[in-house]
Amino acid sequence: MTTVTTGSTTTLAALRRGDRAVVERVADDGERFGDTRESTIARRLLELGFVPGAALEIVASMWPGDDPLAVRIGGSTFALRHHEARAVHVRREVR
Amino acid sequence: MDAGVEQAATLRIALIGLPNCGKTALFNRLTGSHQKVANYPGVTVERKEGSFTAPGSQRRYRVLDLPGTYSLNPTTLDEAITRDLALGRLAGEPQPQLVVLVADATHLRLSMRLILDVQRLGLPIVVALNMSDLARRRGHALDRARLAEELGVPVVDTVAVSSGGADELIAQIERVAPTLGAATAAGAAATPGAWVEPTAAEVAQTHERVRHILDAAGYREPLRSRFVARADRLVMHPLAGMFVLAALLFVIFQAVFSWAAAPMDWIDAGVAALGEAIGTALPEGLLRSLLVDGVIAGLGSVVIFLPQILVLFLFILALEDSGYLPRAAYLLDRVMGSVGLSGRAFIPLLSSFACAIPGIMATRTIPHLRDRIATIMIAPLMTCSARLPVYALLIAAFIPATAVGPFNLQGIVLFALYFAGIVAAMAVGWVMKRLTGGGDYRPLLLELPDYQWPNLRNLLFGLWERAQIFLVRVGGIILALTILLWFFSTFPAPPAGATQPDIYYSIAGLIGRAL
Repeated sequence: MTTVTTGSTTTLAALRRGDRAVVERVADDGERFGDTRESTIARRLLELGFVPGAALEIVASMWPGDDPLAVRIGGSTFALRHHEARAVHVRREVR
Repeated sequence: MDAGVEQAATLRIALIGLPNCGKTALFNRLTGSHQKVANYPGVTVERKEGSFTAPGSQRRYRVLDLPGTYSLNPTTLDEAITRDLALGRLAGEPQPQLVVLVADATHLRLSMRLILDVQRLGLPIVVALNMSDLARRRGHALDRARLAEELGVPVVDTVAVSSGGADELIAQIERVAPTLGAATAAGAAATPGAWVEPTAAEVAQTHERVRHILDAAGYREPLRSRFVARADRLVMHPLAGMFVLAALLFVIFQAVFSWAAAPMDWIDAGVAALGEAIGTALPEGLLRSLLVDGVIAGLGSVVIFLPQILVLFLFILALEDSGYLPRAAYLLDRVMGSVGLSGRAFIPLLSSFACAIPGIMATRTIPHLRDRIATIMIAPLMTCSARLPVYALLIAAFIPATAVGPFNLQGIVLFALYFAGIVAAMAVGWVMKRLTGGGDYRPLLLELPDYQWPNLRNLLFGLWERAQIFLVRVGGIILALTILLWFFSTFPAPPAGATQPDIYYSIAGLIGRAL
């Protein structure tokens, strides 16, 4: 019953339904978005709980190409597209 | 009691919380029917204000229900309004004296981060732990006293959906209230300029502190319930989910037409009867013409839409409350994204096939301002049900019913007219996308809350609110225009011995002939 967590490093966009991973870091491209352009995608991801060490699971993905994804993290579920999922660097959990 | 004393006795409270945290239910619970919905000046963000009188001290409180937000670092106009108001930066809106932070007990991690974020503003805070009944039933032990101690602010249990759920909150507000007036008088309230947005490193630190506090309070992350997991496997399945959505939409639009048909007939008959009654009671003349052809006909043309709007909003509010709406947006994200719209634009646009008015009203569920405006611009291009009889009439008059292969030419033309509307909408959507920032990327980052039974009381509050907005704001414009049209088609009066119908001599007739 031991979980081996020495999986490969990848981004959230490479994961499929049922995959589990741990957040390593969120890359910030500095591009501001939204109605008032006061925040970056990375920043909002951090605020939503995509912080280093947070465990996550992909609970659903859309056809074709698994985009967008639904991610369970920190007791909440979020839908995100590959565009923003690529900013989240994760270590895939190998069971 | 003079006005100044009255002013001092009324305390300003702001409700802040995550989207879907039960904030509006608590607001309804606190203020009952003493509420007013308007817009913040110049923007499409709703401003909800209410008031209540504390049963003990008879002190009056003004409560502002601020738009739901994840952070004081905004990504939408709604979130920016919340931050600016909390900071006292919004012109004409005084800074609140007390913040009630509504935290969802089943969903505490993000709520806690927001609490710590808001604490940096320096305003007095009371935390209202909402949905604690649900959390307890799911077996989440939480040491509330410890939580309050760690945060350094009062934490009260509220069950927003049940009566009496807000009593403890009011009692706590009453305990804090006497100190607030003094603090404000001494100028000790938060200074708006002093706040600086936290850095990314500070956000990570805040999460670390949240983890520490929640560990201390014995909180464990709620697991995704087996029901939600099983439901999502169906609802969010790429294929089965689309069938569920299609079935739901089918039921909604059936209901919009069939449930609303009878009340619409009653309204129609009622308006006609009223017009007739006044017509026979009043002598022939201008006043009668104004009342019957202007005011009553105008009012009738407004009120007739109310049943459809209420039925549509009953479904939209229930879907919103239940947590389904964001899942529909997730399913349709790719399809709608291809024309530069958000997945959430789907329901307003589909509603516009019934009627553009409720369709435009439904765009309020779209978080990003530019997406909302784009959807509003496109909605009237959808062929609404009122256009169908006009199409049918024109097609019957001008298009021969010849067979084209297995199809009827008239049917093909009708389909083409509908199709042209959709194509025009897509074209406008594409142009809007070019014009408003050259395909500026808007991320999805959409929370999919757990499923919940919609609360009947909240549904009724929501419907009442929509009805008021429609009748007062939309109705006012339609009524004014109808009276204006009446004026144009009545004046000037036909000369004596006129051979043409009255309208021929009016301003409308003149304009018509000039065109």
